[in-house]
Amino acid sequence: MTNRHCLFTLLAAPLLLFALPAHAALRVFACEPEWGALAQELGGSLVEVSVATSALQDPHQIQAKPSLIVRARNADLVACTGAELEIGWLPVLLQQSGNAKVQAGQPGNFAAADYVRKLDVPGQPDRSQGDVHAAGNPHIQTDPRNIALVAVALGARLRQLDPAHAAQYEKAQADFAQRWQQAMARWTAQAVSLKGVPVVSQHKAFVYLYDWLGMKEVAVLEPKPGVEPTASHLQEVLSSLKATPARMVLYSAYQDSRPSEWLGKNAGIAVVKIPFTVGGSEGAKDLFGLFDDTLARLLVASAKP
Amino acid sequence: MHKLVPAAIALALVLPVGALADTSSDIASLRQEMDSMRAAYEARLQALEQRLQRAEAAITPPAPSVAAAAAPRAVVASGPAVTAATPTAPASAAPVVAPVLAEAAPATPQVASAGGGANAFNPSVSLILSGLYTRTSQDPARYAITGWQLPAGLQVGPSTRGFSLAETELALAASVDPWLRGAANISLAPDDKVSVEEAYVQTTSLGEGFSLKAGRFFSNVGYLNAQHSHTWDFVDNPLAYQALLGTQYGDDGLQLTWLPPLDQYVELGAEVGRGRSFPGSDSGRNGAGMTALTAHAGGDIGASQSWRAGLSMLNAKADDQLLLATNAAGGAVTDLFNGRTRVWIADAIWKWAPNGNATRTSFKLQGEYLRSTRTGNLVYDIGNTDRPGAYRAAPSGWYVQGVYQFMPSWRVGLRTEGLDAGTPDYGPNAASFAGGGFKPRKNTLMIDFNPSEFSRVRLQLAQDRAREGITDNQLFLQYQMSLGAHGAHSY
Repeated sequence: MTNRHCLFTLLAAPLLLFALPAHAALRVFACEPEWGALAQELGGSLVEVSVATSALQDPHQIQAKPSLIVRARNADLVACTGAELEIGWLPVLLQQSGNAKVQAGQPGNFAAADYVRKLDVPGQPDRSQGDVHAAGNPHIQTDPRNIALVAVALGARLRQLDPAHAAQYEKAQADFAQRWQQAMARWTAQAVSLKGVPVVSQHKAFVYLYDWLGMKEVAVLEPKPGVEPTASHLQEVLSSLKATPARMVLYSAYQDSRPSEWLGKNAGIAVVKIPFTVGGSEGAKDLFGLFDDTLARLLVASAKP
Repeated sequence: MHKLVPAAIALALVLPVGALADTSSDIASLRQEMDSMRAAYEARLQALEQRLQRAEAAITPPAPSVAAAAAPRAVVASGPAVTAATPTAPASAAPVVAPVLAEAAPATPQVASAGGGANAFNPSVSLILSGLYTRTSQDPARYAITGWQLPAGLQVGPSTRGFSLAETELALAASVDPWLRGAANISLAPDDKVSVEEAYVQTTSLGEGFSLKAGRFFSNVGYLNAQHSHTWDFVDNPLAYQALLGTQYGDDGLQLTWLPPLDQYVELGAEVGRGRSFPGSDSGRNGAGMTALTAHAGGDIGASQSWRAGLSMLNAKADDQLLLATNAAGGAVTDLFNGRTRVWIADAIWKWAPNGNATRTSFKLQGEYLRSTRTGNLVYDIGNTDRPGAYRAAPSGWYVQGVYQFMPSWRVGLRTEGLDAGTPDYGPNAASFAGGGFKPRKNTLMIDFNPSEFSRVRLQLAQDRAREGITDNQLFLQYQMSLGAHGAHSY
């Protein structure tokens, strides 16, 4: 009898080889829509992407609500920005998820900002400077060169987590890289006229965009990062624009448009709503659309007299 | 024998195949490993190349300003320590300086500013500072809840009038190792007493939705119980928590929580503990003085709404628990309770924010119902009458509160609550207590201003009718500030 059991076990063992790769798609929990979109580009049908926040939400201020906890619990990979952007809610999600795979330091925990060069790194972080991030400005997704860097790292991570499909991920990544390089060449050519254009930002959310396009931020509507614009500060910005004029004022889709609109009206400059992430505007349906639409809006604004 | 032969033949045939499969799978896994290594190196190379290109592009602008040309060199020479120099550079030079500056940072850009050396592994530290101005129409020293027997040391009602320091809370937290994290909350009371509010280790690696906590922690029963006082929406906890759970139930023990593998949020929890505080009493027994079971479910309704609701049960044993009471003649007596308490808590919370963006406006509605059954015996009037007798009581309490953020930084909240001591069965001591039937009520209004995520100033007005025939009008002015590590708050 024992022999027969052994035999059956031996015969059945190879079945496991079939059983293992048959498991469901890799579940990716993305903190922000841009990383959800990127994971979808790189994973295609091999991944099942769920995005924690929408383009209409402030990624700094999300609640660790039950629906997010359960999605973190079921995730194979948590893909977030990092650089303390999600510090007010992601640690709670991970703690309460009971999911060992996605804890910090595990392969299932991916922070995009680890793979790019960060700007605005404060020398001596202090809260008197507002809600500054010690690791640098976390809004890295506004520069397509950063997306390219993160894509390389995220692709490698997907292959590491799901080695059985490494070849497919590699192919998707090569395909994406090629399309992205072409798109970047197109965007760079389109954006030549934006170089050196002075602008005002509502929140310090576009440093990477400016770094890429060579635009110049001459003022910020928030008196300190994360502090709502006050009437007196808006007046200050308005009067400072007399000495250093700006061509436009930028705000993100999730933000209250009123401070920017006030400045636009009083300073007589264009007001530009930046989609900021995938889903932030009609045109920003995917990562390509995000930059197509961002550039189109900036070009329209800069073309105005 | 007959069966063994074909079996042996089959075995002999299969084994080499198995072995072959083994080697080929070995080769496959080796190949995969090499592939992933190659991919990782390619990724790093590509990243480095792109950085190099950008650095070159940044270093050779057509006509660099003096500051822009000088700054990069200085920075490259002395590494990331000079990052403080960037803000002082002229605005026009900053975009040029910044890229070069970061190129000098190490290839793995992980938190370079953490401070290095022995301090690199320091736990995150945060300190909550809080202070109060209290004005009450009744003397807080004589505060009592009519019809309720509560332990002597239990803080109910406002603590003191005038200016006072509220609780100062020091919180430390860090990963212990790849499998555990640890956290401690040290509470510094205004009367210079130090107490350990929470001090626990928690697993991060059990997986399958399990998480185990050991040490001292706030029980997960109800909604408000696990929340630290600086996250409360009002200055004080509801009367029901004060009278039924000793303000907040914390214990030393173990807590296991499990999230079943569902798409719907369900969290189940079980706790065992020492039973060190009211409604239990610290008796030093070998077994558990407290057990608790919790169940919570929650989810979203569209993009703008979310909810959580739950049911919890807490059992606690009390040995020789001294209770302050008022007898039928209106005199203050001390009774002794021995027995067990079971508290049921139903809790629900609903939150709304337009498109889930709570930056500008949001609303939350929460309510809890607590019902406790205390059974055992009560010795009436310790030191004087000393009359023992059976005792059974089923007190209950509830609150409903709504908090509305009507514009950024400003919130207004309203809370209404009540208590019901029920009809306690004092057995042979019945004649010593008044009939009761009085139901305490309290209404509270608060408005708070939050200049930033880290600071809050609050004004609270309350009309407290916990004492029969007496209305206590209370005014609180409170500040709460948070220093250090950015706290992450639970739902």
